[in-house]
Amino acid sequence: MAETLRSLRYVLAENRLTAVTLVLFLLLGVCAVLGPSVVPFDPLATQTAIAFQPPGAAHWFGTDQLGRDVFSRVVVATRLDLIVAFAAVLLSMAVGTLIGAAMGYFAGPFDTAVSRVVDVMMAFPLFVLAMGMVAALGNSVSSIVYATAVINLPFYIRLARAETSVRRDLAYVEAARVGGSGHARIIRAILIPNILPPLVVQASLNLGWAVLNAAGLSFLGLGVRAPTPEWGIMVAEGAQFIVSGRWWLALFPGLALMLAVFCFNLLGDGMRDIVDPAGRT
Amino acid sequence: MTIILLRRLLGLIPTLAGVALATFALTRILPGDPAVLFTSSPTADAATIQAVRVSLGLDQPLWRQFLIYLVHLLHGDLGQSISTGQPVLNDLLARLPASAELTVAAFLLAVAVAVPLGIAAALRPNSVLDHLCRLVSTAGVSLPTFVTGLLLIYAFYYILQVAPEPMGRLDPFLTGPSRVTGFFTVDALLAGDGETFRSALAQLVLPAITMAIFALAPLARMTRAAMLGALGSEFIRTARAHGLGWRRIVLSYALRNAMLPIVTALGMVFSYMLGANVLVEKVFAWPGIGSYALDSLLALDYAPVQGFMLAMATIFVVFNLSIDLLYAVIDPRTAVLSVG
Repeated sequence: MAETLRSLRYVLAENRLTAVTLVLFLLLGVCAVLGPSVVPFDPLATQTAIAFQPPGAAHWFGTDQLGRDVFSRVVVATRLDLIVAFAAVLLSMAVGTLIGAAMGYFAGPFDTAVSRVVDVMMAFPLFVLAMGMVAALGNSVSSIVYATAVINLPFYIRLARAETSVRRDLAYVEAARVGGSGHARIIRAILIPNILPPLVVQASLNLGWAVLNAAGLSFLGLGVRAPTPEWGIMVAEGAQFIVSGRWWLALFPGLALMLAVFCFNLLGDGMRDIVDPAGRT
Repeated sequence: MTIILLRRLLGLIPTLAGVALATFALTRILPGDPAVLFTSSPTADAATIQAVRVSLGLDQPLWRQFLIYLVHLLHGDLGQSISTGQPVLNDLLARLPASAELTVAAFLLAVAVAVPLGIAAALRPNSVLDHLCRLVSTAGVSLPTFVTGLLLIYAFYYILQVAPEPMGRLDPFLTGPSRVTGFFTVDALLAGDGETFRSALAQLVLPAITMAIFALAPLARMTRAAMLGALGSEFIRTARAHGLGWRRIVLSYALRNAMLPIVTALGMVFSYMLGANVLVEKVFAWPGIGSYALDSLLALDYAPVQGFMLAMATIFVVFNLSIDLLYAVIDPRTAVLSVG
């Protein structure tokens, strides 16, 4: 533990960017947790008298076509966007790790069959697959979570499978088997804790991508519905006004989205540097 | 070489069958009763709907429906679009060149910028170019395509007024060039029509840049990493010790060995681009297959969505196949190994 902390301090000292990222991450966290209770305006309250006001003292990010405060909407949206991304990545990691570990451990026909399914999934451009899934599951927030989780699955399955198959015949697994542990216990208590670090790195690298995917889907009008504040749908609504020069409607939610993705990507890179220093590029 | 090609082609069959099964399964759980949608009249009585259901084969058990679907696919029949009233295949073929033109332009642009940038960054680590490369590869993956597109529209259409209105592939007062390749820029050049060419190119620039920015990042990053790895290896040291020219060492020794990971990254980038296509087409009102699929999807018209997913998966599978073949060209060892 002390060594992990020391290496953490080393990585942070060497790479200022990672320290900045942590601050950014905390900011996002605060917005997500406290956002709805501290924003100056009700994100849903319409006031057509003050529609299309450019950014100013009262409305920091201006107001939209219905006179809603863009700043409040951007801050409140943080929670939904982060919940979708985190839920999708966690779900994907949990299911993918179990499937992949079972494939690596049992090998044989189960492994072959699931590998085929993964191949078919990877034959689709993944965002296209997500679109199709949201259409099939119905237009709701939970569909976005499931679709984003499913398109992330292949990465976890492959990683967990590879990591398990190099460990399945190692002495400590054999020892557990001799000691009378069943298959389920070996996978759950022996193998999964050992393969977890690379999977966690993969998850943190995937978070930014998950945010992009979820926002992309709602930008297309899939999943989240107006008037719910959400970055993707806010950009979509603001898009029609950008050709008339009302840039603040689309820019601020877009910037928030960019910052969140940027933060998660750097965080993922930092995480990889800590867990797997050899994998740095 | 022929044997490898044949083996790879045979290997595609189960994947493509799986793709067909997946699209079939997805559209069968789509909300809404296709028969009710197809009659497209809320007053249709139960008997009419039942008749439509029979004519669409929806009264059959699922496995027979799938077989019928497969047989139709083999005849190139992707069903009818309810919104346009046309066979889906015709709709897709009519719109495919628009998407292909955009994707190819963006892809070439991304490769033309990312690969030299990555090589330059690897040649001089920690130089200005290296930092630029790092900035591009970190910032590029964080930019959502639809936001970049909108920012470009704002900057170049609204403020600078150098770009045309982001609506479609051509100035609305011009007619498209006669169709040879379906690529407006190429067709206009073939017809020797300068005005149409300029208009088509002007419309193409912003969406292509939008997509290229997104594709640049992983490509630049991978090129830099692969070149660094190759430049650090022993055969480069040997080549230098033998007094070979620097240009020769970089271009024909290091680059060729760095090519494999770069080409692998191309496959991944292409997958991203096919997905990003839908977003970029929506932002720029580009009349490609992505916006066609999206409109159909929102109208619960499932045959075009099914056709679109099949088309995308097929394009991607074929692209990956050509990448695999490229491997064999770049590194003859992989070809020998895969036969053995």
